[in-house]
Amino acid sequence: MIEWQAIVGHYNYYVTVFLMVAGLYIVIAHGNMIKSLIGLGLFQTSVYLLYISPGKIVGGTAPIIDPKYTDYSNPLPHVLILTAIVVGVATLALGLALVVRISEEYGTVDEDEIVAMDQDQ
Amino acid sequence: MIELIEGVLLTMLAAVTIAIVRQHNLFGVVILAGVYSFLMASVLIVLDAVDVAMTEASVGAGISTVILLATLYLTGSREDPPAHTPALPLFVATVTGAALIWGTFQLPGFGVAHSPIHDHVAPAYLEASTKHEMPPNVVTAVLADFRGYDTLGETTVIFTAGIGVMLLLRGRRKRQHGSAKEASDT
Repeated sequence: MIEWQAIVGHYNYYVTVFLMVAGLYIVIAHGNMIKSLIGLGLFQTSVYLLYISPGKIVGGTAPIIDPKYTDYSNPLPHVLILTAIVVGVATLALGLALVVRISEEYGTVDEDEIVAMDQDQ
Repeated sequence: MIELIEGVLLTMLAAVTIAIVRQHNLFGVVILAGVYSFLMASVLIVLDAVDVAMTEASVGAGISTVILLATLYLTGSREDPPAHTPALPLFVATVTGAALIWGTFQLPGFGVAHSPIHDHVAPAYLEASTKHEMPPNVVTAVLADFRGYDTLGETTVIFTAGIGVMLLLRGRRKRQHGSAKEASDT
């Protein structure tokens, strides 16, 4: 019974690890650069979950000060992840701009085809 | 009750992730990524991170989807079937996953009020923001007042990324005009 509780209590972390690993798999296994960038995004969002889930207190509330409440969830991870989300979209935009540029030059966004073209020259 | 809602949302998140991995039409992948972001925002609401949930819904599901669709418009949405067998990536992913799962064994359970994360910095922020009459939303107080330099660094990153995108895409229209002109000349 205790084992079962431990599994339920760590379910957040298991899903976080799964999302992380799925993102890693997409980045390594897929040659298409847009899909790789989406994989990178998955990896990034799993880190949001990794930071936010330990900050939650069961029975607590969102960290907005109000005389009616005493228990607040931890505000610090929220702040850090707010920064991470915005930086994440900036990286995504830059990566996609590079993809557009590569596609103009090579006519494809597939890594294998690009490597083959470079070797032919 | 909250564990149940969270568990269901997280399971849906994992299911959408599997769909993203298996989907080969990039338009479908982008839409699934939007669904993923909205589910993530719901999970964040359950975890009391309301500000993060709002940002994730607007930035992750909104802006990201728009720029991904714009890129698809410019590059085409076909993904070629993978040339290699996925054995090596699968192996790397499984080993990493196993190591990370092993790392979670010692972590405190979900929602425990007296785990180390709640004992050190966070109470000081909660106390100080009440004492100095900062905005009632502690996240705002920490973001803009206590850790203002972080936000300054963040805006610098966005500025740099914006300049990078502009430099990369600047010559685009000119190049296209040039090639169209060449084509009409010949």
